[in-house]
Amino acid sequence: MSDFNLVDFFWTWVWPLALIIIHSAAILVILMTVIAYVLYADRKIWAAVQIRRGPNVVGPWGLLQSFADLLKFALKEPVIPSGANKGVYLLAPLVSCVLALAAWAVIPVAEGWAVADINVGVLYIFAISSLGVYGIIMAGWASNSKYAFLGALRSAAQMVSYEVSIGFVIITVLLCVGSLNLGDIVAAQDTQFGLLGWYWLPLLPMFVVFFVSALAETNRPPFDLVEAESELVAGFMVEYGSTPYMLFMLSEYVAIMTMCSMGTILFLGGWLSPIPFPPFTWVPGVIWFSLKALALFFMFAMVKAFVPRYRYDQLMRLGWKVFLPLSLAMVVIVAGILQYTGWAVK
Amino acid sequence: MIAAVFFYLFASICVASAFMVIAARNPVHSVLFLILTFVNAAGLFVLMGAEFLAMILVVVYVGAVAVLFLFVVMMLDVDFVELRQGVLNYLPIGALVGLVVLVELLLVLGGWAIGENVTAAITAPIPPAADVSNTAALGALLYTRYVYFFQAAGVVLLVAMIGAIVLTLRHKPYVRRQSIAEQNARSKASQLSVKQVRSGEGLSQGLQ
Repeated sequence: MSDFNLVDFFWTWVWPLALIIIHSAAILVILMTVIAYVLYADRKIWAAVQIRRGPNVVGPWGLLQSFADLLKFALKEPVIPSGANKGVYLLAPLVSCVLALAAWAVIPVAEGWAVADINVGVLYIFAISSLGVYGIIMAGWASNSKYAFLGALRSAAQMVSYEVSIGFVIITVLLCVGSLNLGDIVAAQDTQFGLLGWYWLPLLPMFVVFFVSALAETNRPPFDLVEAESELVAGFMVEYGSTPYMLFMLSEYVAIMTMCSMGTILFLGGWLSPIPFPPFTWVPGVIWFSLKALALFFMFAMVKAFVPRYRYDQLMRLGWKVFLPLSLAMVVIVAGILQYTGWAVK
Repeated sequence: MIAAVFFYLFASICVASAFMVIAARNPVHSVLFLILTFVNAAGLFVLMGAEFLAMILVVVYVGAVAVLFLFVVMMLDVDFVELRQGVLNYLPIGALVGLVVLVELLLVLGGWAIGENVTAAITAPIPPAADVSNTAALGALLYTRYVYFFQAAGVVLLVAMIGAIVLTLRHKPYVRRQSIAEQNARSKASQLSVKQVRSGEGLSQGLQ
């Protein structure tokens, strides 16, 4: 190779690769820190509703509680049950965690701030989150315990059921936008009406369906039948401890934040300012995005605190007999309105 | 170059895991390898620029179909060691069949000649990739030119689904079922009655 140019090689191969790695590392570090405090906030909100104090010992106001938990999990001895299928048993938490984190590759936290700005961003997140069920099934099966297996079966059925209605909710939004790119979805909500122009208002029933389905999809209370402790001890992760358990916990909260971000992007205008004129538009988009996602998470936490757990058949009924027909009907209605009013994106 | 690296990565994992599907001793491991094969095939689709197909492959096959596969395999109590006992007896026949199929495929594909204008004759005009995204191009074709085929495929799937439900649905008369509508329609008046009970007398006609 006579015309090998080190400078060119650097700018065409090394630099883009390094950029991707830096982006990914940055988003991972920030996400992990956010998750640590989201976990803390979850416990604090839950405690406040029940008039308790919640974690308040480690650090000022208990702010370092999550890091103490992290240390504890990392330093404990992992125990593998003798009857477990070792490879799959250890693979399951990794699969859960990697898949949960992979979804963040495409989430734009501000205009153009995504590691990968791909055309089928929504589908990518949908596909990745539909894979999340494997971590749970693998854990339930490999643990070789009946509680874990029952929990895994419940969880798989639940996630598959609610994915259907989430899919239809996404389709209604996509019909209005005319693109599968996450950035385009946010840009389509950029109107002169500010927060009244975002899709939560015209598609209000779908926003509600999305929120409830997101609760079910992430196995959050009141749909946490997977780990209903009064019935199944701790569901699919009953045999797990120390770091593998922590990975499950982490992937659960990362999935929750993914769902909050999805809700923000699809219905709450992503990084847009709620009031569409200065000085509000001068605030960086990432701050609006975080505020909206955290507000959605606050709703998640409140629901956990004050809604009693559903019974399993009620959960299935809600998914298949209420949400599925409702969202299917909305797809038809929205498509019809868009077609006959000529609002559809050409 | 990066595309080539990823092609060989995906392709080799795909072939290796496809081999492991039939070679793994544990049926659950087989299904997990099958899932790995699907995911890598999706990666190959992405490399070819068929991003929509790749995502749909993951959503439909990996996210739904393979989950059901996994369910069934986990529930079955099949002794695969017993099933594998005759494998050496059947191996020559299997290899022969495989060889015949391979030779046939090679002959067909080797002698494949495509006419000059055939692409123009059978396909709709393909817009340049820069103008329209993969998904939009597929949609524009599927819902206009091939809309009847598309609908027919949908009807076939619907028939299959209804058929499966009809075949498996059993109404057992002795199973107590909940009627949600009935429960929600209950009112205070129909379920509660407040009685004034005089002290020392009790309810004369029981607790109706």
